[in-house]
Amino acid sequence: MIKINDLHAKIGEKEILKGLSLEVKAGEIHAIMGPNGAGKSTLASILAGREDYEVTAGQVDFQGEDLLELSTEDRAREGLFLAFQYPVEIPGVSNINFLRTAINEIREYNKEEPVSAKDFMAMVREKSALVELDSKLASRSVNEGFSGGEKKRNEIFQMAMLAPKLAILDETDSGLDIDALRIVANGVNKLRTSENATIVITHYQRLLDHIVPDFVHVLYDGKIVKTGGKELALELEEKGYDWIKAELAN
Amino acid sequence: MSKYTEDELAKDLEVQEYKYGFTTDIESDQAPIGLNEDIIRFISAKKEEPKWLLDIRLEAFEVWKGMVEPEWAHVQYTKPDFQAIRYYSAPKQSKKFESWDDVDEEMKITMKKLGISLEEQKRLTGTNVAVDFVMDSVSVGTSFKAKLKELGIIFCSFSEAVQDHPELVREHMGTVVPTKDNFYAALNSAVFTDGSFCYIPKGVRCPMELSTYFRINEGGTGQFERTLVIADKGSYVSYLEGCTAPQRDENQLHAAVVELIAKDDAEIKYSTVQNWYPGDKNGVGGIFNFVTKRGICGTNAKISWTQVETGSAVTWKYPSCILKGDNSIGEFFSVAVTNNFQQADTGTKMIHLGKNTKSTIISKGISAGKSHNSYRGLVQIHKNATNSRNFSQCDSLLMTDECGAHTYPYIECKNSSSKIEHEATTSKIGEDQIFYCLQRGISEEKAIGLIVNGYCKEVLNQLPMEFAVEAQKLLSISLEGSVG
Repeated sequence: MIKINDLHAKIGEKEILKGLSLEVKAGEIHAIMGPNGAGKSTLASILAGREDYEVTAGQVDFQGEDLLELSTEDRAREGLFLAFQYPVEIPGVSNINFLRTAINEIREYNKEEPVSAKDFMAMVREKSALVELDSKLASRSVNEGFSGGEKKRNEIFQMAMLAPKLAILDETDSGLDIDALRIVANGVNKLRTSENATIVITHYQRLLDHIVPDFVHVLYDGKIVKTGGKELALELEEKGYDWIKAELAN
Repeated sequence: MSKYTEDELAKDLEVQEYKYGFTTDIESDQAPIGLNEDIIRFISAKKEEPKWLLDIRLEAFEVWKGMVEPEWAHVQYTKPDFQAIRYYSAPKQSKKFESWDDVDEEMKITMKKLGISLEEQKRLTGTNVAVDFVMDSVSVGTSFKAKLKELGIIFCSFSEAVQDHPELVREHMGTVVPTKDNFYAALNSAVFTDGSFCYIPKGVRCPMELSTYFRINEGGTGQFERTLVIADKGSYVSYLEGCTAPQRDENQLHAAVVELIAKDDAEIKYSTVQNWYPGDKNGVGGIFNFVTKRGICGTNAKISWTQVETGSAVTWKYPSCILKGDNSIGEFFSVAVTNNFQQADTGTKMIHLGKNTKSTIISKGISAGKSHNSYRGLVQIHKNATNSRNFSQCDSLLMTDECGAHTYPYIECKNSSSKIEHEATTSKIGEDQIFYCLQRGISEEKAIGLIVNGYCKEVLNQLPMEFAVEAQKLLSISLEGSVG
């Protein structure tokens, strides 16, 4: 699905990623954990194509294509989805109009006909139920006046609508209460197939109780320094990150 | 990364020409260039006007000569040389048109390019729009006249109204915008050539949108049209004007006067989609749009102005409402877009005279390129206007680092029972918003269209359906690739 090799990136003069490598295969869920400032969100932004960062070395192969050569919108159209940590509000633009525009742009890219209004609305009903999103929210302006939890559920609703190949969830659990966390996690689990893959970026193990990862990676100082199974997350929860720092120092 | 660079943006903007830039080759009947009493007599004679109208013109000319061009607006431009303008230019016609079929072929092609061909008219029959078409100085045809006549509605060119309904014109003309009102209104009163006239009889609800299309064609001409809309007691009318002009290097002057009169219990909805040539990317050419628009409300009457302004090199325009009657309502909904070197100073005046009068102002300014966009508004509450209310909201959206947004709200309140609210915001179009759209697979161009249209939604919702769609497209086109 995606293969990141020795990725280096900086913002301004500050190097943030210092040789990060990671491979995710179809059907897998990978969790990336790590202390604040390790470069977790930077990785998500770079993969999605945010221009604030400069990639100085390394390659990213996405389904056989050079991801870094693709524009932001083409990455999305090829099936890369980012669930934002802080989803923005777009006043006056209904969620529905927004999603329909997105779906039709993606369909056009794939040389498909635009989705019919009827099919689209059926899809909205089906997918909003998946994350228990009030169908009224689907007609409201994108994220405007949504609570923190609603915004995150809306991200997963959009993910369900766009059916990406690779979804990156950037701290989707932050700011969620236990119930919302369960709803969001259920949504992600239901969307899981053997054809798609998910990268979950999180600080906390609790999300991983609901979305069970195949691999857990520790990102520290711009690199993946440790990889393990889901039990690694529990160990981190218990001991914090200091022991990893200590291990590295030796 | 194959990123859409600023250079590419600039290139796109360069090749994106003004869609309506073409001239029509029609022989025209012209006055000599320049302005003096003889020219005014010439115009009046050409139009076979009654003496009282010539007297109004001559008096206005006298007043105008003693006036100076206003300089308080936040715009900078080279003042027009009023002696270098041609004040009358009429397409040569062998006879008056009885129907659209009689219209000159060249002119038909022009109208077709503007999207209001005969075929279009036929198609529009279903959506009920009657169109009066003003090219340069003369109105060339009004459709649906017969259908409107059955209801007693008069919708014709201003010149025809002077001939056929002189009493209505004489009674109302200049009652809302007096000759002495301002420099350009005085000039207009002296040299106006044509425009539209509309009268809705008592209790009649006009069943279709009435529409006027203005176009400046001849080089070096000024267009000074005069529009008068009278809604008699208890009547209703929705009126729309659209504007285009060909692409020219020199600046052309457009100085119109629009007067609306809503008598007791009447309602006038006046919508404008203004798309005059804005000049090229270096700020050369374009229309100077110096317009005076004002309406007066009787008891329980309502006047609603909606404008979507994307054109003109310089705009100076304040559609206003005089809320004279008790319980009358004034509304102003505006979207003003400026790009490249365009300058707009626009807003409204709400004059509350009657009791329980209410006004709403929603202004959305969008600045791109190196343009300057100003909102200037006055809310004036007189001492007898008890329990009157105003709500104003002025939002500015900046697309680049080089443009400017300015807000000049004036509030004068002489009544302690009144309530005035004013909200204002200024924001830069969010890179975060655009990135969010891009990440969902939406192109930058569509993303800007979505965001801007969302931003203007409250105003666009006020437009009649078929024009709202047009206006949305216009907004997207005007701002294509303009984020910096």
